[in-house]
Amino acid sequence: MDLSLTPEEQAFREEVRAFFRDNVPAGIKKKLSENRHTTKEDMVEWTRILHKKGWAVPHWPKEYGGTDWTAVQQYIFNEEMQATPAPPPLPFGVNMVGPVIYTFANEAQKKHYLPRIANLTDWWCQGFSEPGSGSDLASLKTKAERKGDKYIVNGQKTWTTLAQHADWIFCLVRTDPAAKKQQGISFLLIDMKSKGITVRPIVTIDGGREVNEVFFDDVEVPAENLVGEENKGWDYAKFLLGNERTNIARVGMSKERLRRLRELAGSTQAGGRPIIEDPKFREKLAAVEVELKALELTQMRVVANEGKNGKGKPDPASSVLKIKGSEIQQTLTELMLEVAGPFASPYDIHGDDNTNETMDWIAQIAPTYFNYRKVSIYGGSNEIQRNIISKAVLGL
Amino acid sequence: MDFDLSEEQRLLKDSVDGLLNDSYDFEQRKKYGAEKAGWSKAIWGKLAEQGLLGLPFAEADGGFGAGAVETMIVMQAFGRALVLEPYLPTVVIAGGFLRHGGSAAQKATHIPGIIDGSKTFAFAQLEKNSRYDLNDVATTARKKGDGWVIDGEKFVVLNGEAADTLVVTARTKGGQTERDGIGVFLVPRDAKGVTVKGYPTQDGMRAADITFTGVEVGADAALGDPAGGLPLIERVVDEARTALCAEAVGAMDESLKITVEYIKTRKQFGVPIGSFQALQHRAADMFVFTEQARSMAMLATMASDFNDAKERAASVAAAKVQVGKSLKFVGQQSIQLHGGIGMTMEASIGHYFKRLSIIESSFGDTDYHLRRASEAGGII
Ligand SMILES: Cc1cc2nc3c(=O)[nH]c(=O)nc-3n(C[C@H](O)[C@H](O)[C@H](O)COP(=O)(O)OP(=O)(O)OC[C@H]3O[C@@H](n4cnc5c(N)ncnc54)[C@H](O)[C@@H]3O)c2cc1C
Ligand SMILES: Cc1cc2nc3c(=O)[nH]c(=O)nc-3n(C[C@H](O)[C@H](O)[C@H](O)COP(=O)(O)OP(=O)(O)OC[C@H]3O[C@@H](n4cnc5c(N)ncnc54)[C@H](O)[C@@H]3O)c2cc1C
Repeated sequence: MDLSLTPEEQAFREEVRAFFRDNVPAGIKKKLSENRHTTKEDMVEWTRILHKKGWAVPHWPKEYGGTDWTAVQQYIFNEEMQATPAPPPLPFGVNMVGPVIYTFANEAQKKHYLPRIANLTDWWCQGFSEPGSGSDLASLKTKAERKGDKYIVNGQKTWTTLAQHADWIFCLVRTDPAAKKQQGISFLLIDMKSKGITVRPIVTIDGGREVNEVFFDDVEVPAENLVGEENKGWDYAKFLLGNERTNIARVGMSKERLRRLRELAGSTQAGGRPIIEDPKFREKLAAVEVELKALELTQMRVVANEGKNGKGKPDPASSVLKIKGSEIQQTLTELMLEVAGPFASPYDIHGDDNTNETMDWIAQIAPTYFNYRKVSIYGGSNEIQRNIISKAVLGL
Repeated sequence: MDFDLSEEQRLLKDSVDGLLNDSYDFEQRKKYGAEKAGWSKAIWGKLAEQGLLGLPFAEADGGFGAGAVETMIVMQAFGRALVLEPYLPTVVIAGGFLRHGGSAAQKATHIPGIIDGSKTFAFAQLEKNSRYDLNDVATTARKKGDGWVIDGEKFVVLNGEAADTLVVTARTKGGQTERDGIGVFLVPRDAKGVTVKGYPTQDGMRAADITFTGVEVGADAALGDPAGGLPLIERVVDEARTALCAEAVGAMDESLKITVEYIKTRKQFGVPIGSFQALQHRAADMFVFTEQARSMAMLATMASDFNDAKERAASVAAAKVQVGKSLKFVGQQSIQLHGGIGMTMEASIGHYFKRLSIIESSFGDTDYHLRRASEAGGII
């Protein structure tokens, strides 16, 4: 047992840290540390910077533009990126559909889609959830009927993150209504410019627009956009959901938030002294640090195991990462809200345009607190994760 | 011991509930919130018509001579409907200052306008560095002739834009945090030198940052002892906290109701999600938290009649602690149990969560009041 990084890993950490320090555009970094939303242009700019360095998709196989980094190196890379902070790459392409494509799609599809994902030529979104199918995803109803060399798609997806920017959507669709629920599902790639697609925004409680409803009305999709085999989509979906394991805990991001929290607590007065000097507040910070350290080590253990289990085979213990990671992120937003205190109340009517000087750093604190309730809901809710632990791990 | 409402109080409750049932559903509330003031003049008129704006005032002043329980009833009902109208700053706070500290002339000048609904008020107290400490006042009131000149900045003043009159805390002498030397002043919002910058708040209301630059007011602007106003301020703010506790209980009641209804009807895996024991227990805990909060909101309400100011303050602090803990659990879990729908502006549940969150940091958050309760030497 050795909890420290090897000298090589340490050197690698220094290398990526320096890269992020020197290459994240200042404007983007500021937005992230103030919890403001990055724009599509920001994401494209940043992805191109990573791409130029060869680091846009480091976890992909080398032949598709990836690296041969070890699991530990991947972990270090992600953590440093979050801690800088630098924008995490758009997950829908890089972490979700990309791996599905290089694992299950045909050569023509790989050749066409993968390079466009890597440099963000195509913005992807995830069309899984439906109004009636959230936790029970396999009950989904959006259907695709095969007509000659096309599928005709009808139905509705919802909660589709950033669909307003998307060029493509990967969808789970029902291709065999007669089969048992998991068995009649296919994985289809759909051009967002297709006739019959309507995107309608859903405003979230913080006032932001990050999710959408996507309607499909007789949308024609070339049959060649099917990934893998018809009616095998559920297998690919499970692979996809299980794939994002090393990122889900967001340890690096929480470290960055913790740093920011200290900064704000140091510059905000309560009872005639900075909040950071309040012993009670310091204890709360320490308590989160303990949780975060424990999570970091748990994550390292999961990462180290990944090599043994075989890549892409999720460790059920990774549900621990999702539960704890989301809870810590939420606690940090609570502590931020506490620091902002009575000044959290003004709603920043200027939104993200950075013009509201009186409220500056405080403006996004309450909205972020509200918005972060999502992290225990999406990506398999924390209740579903507990079900997984009790069944798959504890055998209950 | 008697936790029941009297016959008259029950009638009051029915009439407020009736009014809100008829004219304050979620869609109607949206319309009221979109009005210029951030609340509805028509609804304010109805509250006046039903006598709600005159409840706590003495009969001699044209009111109904009602007590803290009546305010609790009204605030709970307002919490259930997420009422936007400025009852707290006008009736509870400005009304409280006038009742407990106003001269006969000040009462005669201001109370009738509150009761008939023609005037609203705002409480300009929070400062950049004061946070929750009522004794931390940098805004100054200097004597000039018979009157006063006020200078300073106040923040997040609820109803600050629409109010006719601002109740302003200002220092007449002493250092910034000295208990002595704080006064309370009634300042017309349109007085020369008052600059109001309004904005919406996270919980759907409107507030303002207000600057006072050489604002001249007469001798009659000073409410009570201009150098010894802190005990009065503490008393009135405790009443405001008590009212907020009641409002929070109403909002928790409704959050729980909406959530339970939702999990009974929302189906996943072929069954209502309310059939999963994990969610049943969560809802049961929400109930436990709400009931604990209700008990403490009652204690705070009864405490307003305590003669011992220290005991009163400790009880209110304790109530705010319990309510703060409860509202956090209930608010957060309401969203969690709704899943994605809970995250949307379109569903009412998120608005309860937001209002509850802002109540937590109004006039002292949970930790602040925990410290107060502990410094008071405990409450048992
Ligand atoms: C901000 C945000 C972004 C999202 N982005 C996307 C996206 O890009 N693409 C996409 O496809 N989806 C996305 N989602 C959808 C997300 O995955 C779903 O919200 C999630 O799967 C939960 O589904 P639901 O909202 O329908 O809630 P429900 O499944 O209805 O759950 C409601 C409550 O019931 C609980 N519950 C359900 N089943 C059980 C059970 N068996 N045992 C115990 N408790 C249970 C849940 O945990 C939850 O608390 C997003 C959601 C949000 C909030
Ligand atoms: C966009 C999106 C992202 C998601 N990401 C993830 C993810 O990363 N990881 C993840 O695990 N899930 C995730 N989910 C949820 C995932 O889709 C569900 O876990 C999946 O539907 C379960 O598959 P199933 O229907 O085959 O499982 P089932 O065997 O039907 O069970 C699903 C879950 O519900 C529980 N369950 C079912 N019936 C009952 C019952 N009667 N009483 C109590 N519990 C019950 C099970 O314990 C299990 O945890 C995501 C969903 C969406 C929409």
